[in-house]
Amino acid sequence: MSARKSKTTNSKTAILYTSVAVGAVLGGVARWLASLLILPVSGFPLATLFVNVTGSFIIGFYGTLTGPDGRWFASAEQRQLVMTGFCGGYTTFSSFSLETVRLLRGGLTETALLNIAVSVVTWLLAVWLGYAVAVRLNRLKGD
Amino acid sequence: MSNLISIVLGSVLGGVARYFISGVVARRVGETFPWGTLFINVSGAFLIGIFGDMAEDKTSLLASPDPWLFAVTGFLGCYTTVSSFSLQTLSLARDGQSGRALGYVVISVALSLAAAGAGFALVDWMK
Repeated sequence: MSARKSKTTNSKTAILYTSVAVGAVLGGVARWLASLLILPVSGFPLATLFVNVTGSFIIGFYGTLTGPDGRWFASAEQRQLVMTGFCGGYTTFSSFSLETVRLLRGGLTETALLNIAVSVVTWLLAVWLGYAVAVRLNRLKGD
Repeated sequence: MSNLISIVLGSVLGGVARYFISGVVARRVGETFPWGTLFINVSGAFLIGIFGDMAEDKTSLLASPDPWLFAVTGFLGCYTTVSSFSLQTLSLARDGQSGRALGYVVISVALSLAAAGAGFALVDWMK
């Protein structure tokens, strides 16, 4: 009985890890493509800002739409794939840190400070906007 | 093609490492404050500082495309996350814990930048 239970738990865990891995690959490749397509503007790292803002919007929107009060049903595996896997892999705190430190080391202090301020404000606005749009959709009547 | 393979391998490892570590931290420390994501972002920033400084030496392994795509774009990019950070900050604020939300933002940004700077300083010192 207990052996059977732990076997089910193990395969459930394996499926969740696989979902995260698949989502992370999609997110990582999407971020790489964005970095090839979106070039820095006067030293400002626009590609990283773009993925972090859009990724924050998606996690706020999807997480709220598929949450406990959401109108869309999503399995635990689907949520792990999209939120932990894709959004987590697509967005990056490390590149933001590297680019900011490189700007500071290059003496571009103003651009570095602008990057910090603009990034934090737009990330948080984006996740709130995604959440707010999804809350409105959740309140609509019907399916 | 080797570009894509490097990113895919790094992404799998980075995403899985983040999921594993955030799970361990949540079980041991609890989920009232996002310590797991904070640890992940700060440790990832320290490593990217080390790798970023090493890559400035054109003879280093990390200055070549595939190792960089694997370790930095793939692994560290997928290991660290802004989306969870944003969602956790929103959750704290919506729970009426504005102080904790603000503290989380300030500590995450300050420690990650300090960690990346420390990574650069370490490599500079060893050169």
